[in-house]
Amino acid sequence: MRGRAGLVLVALGMLVLPLVAPAYHVLLMLPFMAYAVVLLGLNLLFGYAGLVSFGHALFIGIGAYTGAFLTTLTPVRSLEAILLAAALLGVVAAAGVGALCVRYVKIYFGMLTLAFGMVFYTFLLKFYRLTGGDEGMRVLRPSLLGQGLDAMPKTEYLAGPYYYYSFAVLVVATLVMWRIVHSPFGLCLKTIRDNPAKAEALGLGVTRYRWYAFVISGAYAAVGGALLGPPTGNVDPTLAYWTQSGNIVFMTLLGGFASFFGPVLGAFVFIFLQDTVMSVWPYWRLIFGAILAIIVIFAPGGLMGLFARGRTVEVSRT
Amino acid sequence: MILEARDLTKFYGDFCALAGVSLGIDEGECVSIIGPNGAGKSTLINVLTGVLRPTSGRVRFKERDVHGIGPVALTRLGMARSFQLVHIFPDLTVLETLMAAVVSRLGRGTRLFAALADDHEVQEGAIEVAELFGLADKRHALAKHLPQGDKKLLDVASAFALRPEIILLDEPTSGVSTADKTAVMEILVAASRRIGLRAIMLVEHDMDIVFGYSDRIIALHQGKVLADAPPARIKADRQVVDTVVGRRRGDAPPC
Repeated sequence: MRGRAGLVLVALGMLVLPLVAPAYHVLLMLPFMAYAVVLLGLNLLFGYAGLVSFGHALFIGIGAYTGAFLTTLTPVRSLEAILLAAALLGVVAAAGVGALCVRYVKIYFGMLTLAFGMVFYTFLLKFYRLTGGDEGMRVLRPSLLGQGLDAMPKTEYLAGPYYYYSFAVLVVATLVMWRIVHSPFGLCLKTIRDNPAKAEALGLGVTRYRWYAFVISGAYAAVGGALLGPPTGNVDPTLAYWTQSGNIVFMTLLGGFASFFGPVLGAFVFIFLQDTVMSVWPYWRLIFGAILAIIVIFAPGGLMGLFARGRTVEVSRT
Repeated sequence: MILEARDLTKFYGDFCALAGVSLGIDEGECVSIIGPNGAGKSTLINVLTGVLRPTSGRVRFKERDVHGIGPVALTRLGMARSFQLVHIFPDLTVLETLMAAVVSRLGRGTRLFAALADDHEVQEGAIEVAELFGLADKRHALAKHLPQGDKKLLDVASAFALRPEIILLDEPTSGVSTADKTAVMEILVAASRRIGLRAIMLVEHDMDIVFGYSDRIIALHQGKVLADAPPARIKADRQVVDTVVGRRRGDAPPC
């Protein structure tokens, strides 16, 4: 009950934020919400299925470039269509990559996903006629629910309609993922994470379930990626670079992969901490590296693990 | 014959773990596999359950050649097993573990958006097994927090929750105190009746259990079947008693 009340408070806070907070902080919420969607999907793989991917920037890239392609090369401007196309392409790409990766576990799985991510990054970088190379591509302002909104000043558009649109996407993504992890499928994933040999003895096809989780997480990452483009109006290959994959794993660890909302909290802290540290000291990665080391050694449950100490963690409950 | 193995051999590199094992289990039988450590008992179970592929030989289950179909498909066909070393899901509760088995049995594992908490058939199926095995009081405990004996029971209970036709139990009473062994076996017998099990294969070291509960005993030695006979004849077989069963002080020498 306490958890539910807390969630409602957070949601209300996010709803009134654009009315009370400076535009700068409201705009920082946009990448947070986009990454939160990515991380909800990534954690199905990481926290629930026990597979750590170092290549999910691939799917973020697919989603982000879907928006760029559609808005610049086709007449499509609707964000609904962009998100749908991103999800579909994410599913297609993840189905292929996943089929090759989920037969492996641990470091082999991680390295394979990393390899595919790098292949895609190189593709974005080198096929510059198609992708714009290292300069990337423009993302034209998408229409929201059929509303053009082109006349609106950029900040007003982003801190207003686009903010609420992203928020709605995050809420829907959260509800859907909540259903998934509390479904029979979610339980099967947890058995596979805990003991694959035993899961097989219970008749659960380990590879097949891992593949499903991979495909779902790919779709989530692509949708999150598609949300990242419009705020900057530009996408470039760094979105698909391996440091990006590293960042989202970092966010997951920071928030705590053993909890449903841990990674979302991790994304929030990451985005705002990065912004704060960057503004006072250019070597922010040094600080983040130290934080990562401290978390892994002293708080393997992440921030959520610190809050929930003594209580059963969410992942292990029905 | 519900389960049949013919001329199974299994090599680990140069080491021969099974050297031409043939055996069969009939409807309604409880068959025990006995043998000293290294005789090939666990290898045999792993080959029969599809975890390991035999180097040569064939396994037939319910009149079907099941060579190479793997443990998942075999489970679907109605074969379940427990493990010698406890296999549990450490971070799942007792109830979740049993629910996973019921979900698998009902083929509901790919229901992505159904609420597990509202699936009464799964819940009740899991609770029924928990009660059968005396684990109902601990259903919300995490498996890793259970005492060793309960972990073992949970491993076996989850296999029973699949409602298999045949179950292969690899030392179900190992790590359980001598006093509790009979209690565990009584639970297993009751559960077998309840779910309508057609046959049991038991790997066991405790000879009191073996002789008390088996219809037939297969003695393995160095990867070969040394004897395959009812308990009374095994007891009378001097060679088997010497190499596999062992004698107690005061036992009458076999005739």
